[in-house]
Amino acid sequence: MPVVLLTDAFFFALIALTAFYAFYVARRPHLQTAWRKLARDRSAMVSLTVIAFYFAVALLDSIHFRPVLETSESGEAVYSNEVVSLFDRLVSPLGERFEKTYSEPLAVHAYVKETVEEGGVRHRVYPRLEHGGAGLGDARRAAADIGWRAAAWGLAGLLSCAGLLLLLCLALAGPGRALRALRAVVCNTTGPPLRAVAITVTLIVVAIFVVAGLSHDYHVFGTDKIGEDVLYQALKSVRTGFLIGTLTTLIMLPFALVLGVCAGYFLGWVDDVIQYLYTTLNSIPGVLLVAAMVLMLQLYMDQHSEQFNDLVTRADMRLLFLCAILGITSWTGLCRLLRAETLKVKEMDYIDAARALGVARPLILLRHVLPNVMHIVIITVALDFSGLVLAEAVLSYIDIGVDPTMHSWGNMINSARLEMAREPVVWWPLLAAMVFLFGLVLCANLLADGVRNAFDPRSEWNPS
Amino acid sequence: MIAYIVRRVLYALPILVGVNVLTFSLFFIVNSPDDVARMHLGHRHVTQEQVDLWKRDRGYDRPLFYNAGAPGLSRLSDTIFFDESLSLFVFDFGRSDSGRDIGQDIRQRMWPSLAIAVPTLLLGVLINITFALIMVFFRATYVDFWSVMFCIVLMSVSGLFYIIGGQYLVGKLLKLVPISGYGGGWSAIKFVLLPVLIGVVSGIGAGSRWYRTIFLEEASKDYVRTARAKGVGEFAILFRHILPNALIPILTGIVVILPLLFMGSLIIESFFGIPGLGSYTIDAIAREDFAIVRSMVFLGSVLYIAGLLLTDISYTFVDPRVRLS
Repeated sequence: MPVVLLTDAFFFALIALTAFYAFYVARRPHLQTAWRKLARDRSAMVSLTVIAFYFAVALLDSIHFRPVLETSESGEAVYSNEVVSLFDRLVSPLGERFEKTYSEPLAVHAYVKETVEEGGVRHRVYPRLEHGGAGLGDARRAAADIGWRAAAWGLAGLLSCAGLLLLLCLALAGPGRALRALRAVVCNTTGPPLRAVAITVTLIVVAIFVVAGLSHDYHVFGTDKIGEDVLYQALKSVRTGFLIGTLTTLIMLPFALVLGVCAGYFLGWVDDVIQYLYTTLNSIPGVLLVAAMVLMLQLYMDQHSEQFNDLVTRADMRLLFLCAILGITSWTGLCRLLRAETLKVKEMDYIDAARALGVARPLILLRHVLPNVMHIVIITVALDFSGLVLAEAVLSYIDIGVDPTMHSWGNMINSARLEMAREPVVWWPLLAAMVFLFGLVLCANLLADGVRNAFDPRSEWNPS
Repeated sequence: MIAYIVRRVLYALPILVGVNVLTFSLFFIVNSPDDVARMHLGHRHVTQEQVDLWKRDRGYDRPLFYNAGAPGLSRLSDTIFFDESLSLFVFDFGRSDSGRDIGQDIRQRMWPSLAIAVPTLLLGVLINITFALIMVFFRATYVDFWSVMFCIVLMSVSGLFYIIGGQYLVGKLLKLVPISGYGGGWSAIKFVLLPVLIGVVSGIGAGSRWYRTIFLEEASKDYVRTARAKGVGEFAILFRHILPNALIPILTGIVVILPLLFMGSLIIESFFGIPGLGSYTIDAIAREDFAIVRSMVFLGSVLYIAGLLLTDISYTFVDPRVRLS
C-alpha cells in the first residue's frame, strides 16, 4: 500500500516544477543559451552526473509503502505497520542485518572482545560476526575472498558500462553512425564533454558494483554501536541531506519571488514594507533564529504529541518544519537580489513596450519580468544547496536539526564525536558520513560555480 | 557627520522593535508560559499549582500586553512584554529560567569568546589575503585553476570535520595542546591555539575565494590597464594599485562582523569547552532555557545592526569618493 509522506509530496512537487521549467525553457531558444553554456562546462557536467546518482537514491528512498504481510482468504491484504521505501527493498538485506555492536569495515570479527565458553573454559576472544563473512568457512581466507569478489564485481561493472555505452551510441546515432559516435565520445570531440561524463558514470557504476557485491556478505563500512550497517545509514542519509537542500528552496521560493519582484516593480510603500521585513529578519543571526524557532517547534510538538503519534510521521513533520524554518531565515538574501534585478529589468524597453501596448500589470510581471530575473533564482538555488546540506550537519550536532531517529549525516557525525574519544578509536561511521557528505557538497559547489559562470552576465570577463 | 550617525541610529530603531516583537511572539505566543512551565517541570504528573508557582517565580504569571488589574501606568509596565522584552533595549537582560543573572554572565563570558574570535579573524584575513594575492598573481594559469579547486574542496568539507579531525590529530595523536578546556590569564594561550588554528583553516576556502573575486574585479578596471600600458611591472600593479583599492571592500566587510565577534562561535566553543558566549548559547539551547536564547537573539541583532552602522561610517573614512547623503 503506497504511503506518501508530506516531504515525499513536496519532493515530487519539486520534480514536477523542475520538469515544467525544463519544458518551458525547451520551447524558448533565447533562454537556452545559458544552459548550453553550462552543458559545455566539464566540471559542472561531471558534478551534475554525480549529483544525479545522489538524486536517484533520494528519489528511490522517497517512494514509501507499507509492505503486504499476508493475504487473507477473502483476498484482503494485511499491511505491515512499518513504512519502508523502494530503496530499502532494493538494498534489501542491508538494513536488516544487525551485528551485536561495533565492527570494522569488511571485518569478520567483532571489534570488542567477548567472553566465550568453550568446553568449560572461558576465553576472551573477538567473536565471529553474525553476518560479516558469514559464507566463509575459515576467517583467514577473508582477504582473498574480498579481493576476488571486488575484482569480479568490478569487472562486471566495467563490462556493463561498456555495453551500455555501445547500446546508447547505437540507439541515439543509428546503426550506421554508431562507431563514429563512439569515436567522437572517446576522442572527446563532442560538444558537451561526454567523455568526462562517461568516465564518471563508469567509475561510479564500478564502485556501486563492487560495494553491492561485497555488501552481500560483508559490512563494507562496518557497523555502528547498535550493530547497524554504516553503509546503509550513510545511504539513507542521502535523502535527508538532499531534501533539506532542495525543499528549503522550494518553500522559500514563493516568498522571495513574490516579495522581491513586487518590491522592485511597485516601489513606494510596498517596497518600504518588504524592505523593513527582510532587514528585520536578516539582522537576527541565522543560527540563533533557527535555534529559537526549532526550540519552539519542539515544545509545540511535545505539547501536541497526539497529532504526531506515528514515529515516521513525527520525524517527517520535523524535517518539513526544519526546511520551513531554514526557508524563513534564508529567503531574505534572494529577495534582495531579486528586488535589485527587477529594478534593472523594469527600465528595459520591452517592459515599456508591453506597458504601452496595454498589457495588464500581473501579466507584465509574469511574462516579462519573471523570466528575465530567473537567472538570479537559478544561481542562488545552486549556491544555497551546498550550504544547506552542511547546515543540516551542524544543526543536528546542536540537537536542533532533524529528528534523532532519522538517518542523517549530522546525526552520524554527532554520535561519532564520542566514538573518536574512545579507545580503540571507532573511526568508520565518521569517515562514511564525511565521505558521502563531502561528495555531495563538493559536486554541488562545483556545479554552482558552473551555473554562476553560465548564468551571470557579469562573469564574461572572468578569466577562469 | 553627527547628524548622519544620529539618522542611521534612528533608522535602526524600528528594526530593533521588529526583532523584539518577533522574538516575543515566538517565545510567548507560539507556546504559552504554561507550556514552557510544564516542559521544565517534566511533562507528566505536573499539577496546576506547580505550574503557577514556576510562573510566579519568574514573573510569567502576568498578562502579555495589558494588565487591566494594575493602577495607572503600570497597566502597561506590569506585563510580560514590558518586563521581558522592552527592558532589553536598555540591556537589562533579567534572569535566566534557572535564576542566574544573564547580564552578569554575558559580561563574564564575552572575554573568552573574544580571545578566540579576534586572533581567528586577524590571522584568517592575513592568510586569506596572501593566498588570494598569489592566485591573482598567477591568474588564468594552472596555479590559479588548481588553487580555486583547492579552495572549493576546502569549502566542501564540513566544519565539524575540521574540528573533530583537528582535535584528534593535534590533541590526541600529537598531544601538543589540551583537547579542550580553558584557563585564566596567560595559561589560556595553550587552550586557544587549537581552536584558532581550526577556525582559520576552516575559513581559508571561502575566504580566499571571496578575496580573489574582489581582486579580480579590481584588476579588470581601467586604471590597472593604464598602469600596465605605462609599463608598470605586474608586481607593482598588484601591490601598489590593486591591493590598496581592493582593501576597501575587504575592510568594510570585516567591520560588519566586528561587533558580532563578542558572540563567539557556537560550534568551536562548545567543542573545545571554552566558557564563552557561543557555548553559553549552545548550553541554553540544550537546556531549553528560553530567557537566555531570547537575550542572545536580541543581543545578536543589536550587534549586527551596530556592525552595519560601523560599516557605513568606515566607508566615509577609507573612501573619500563616498559622500554622505
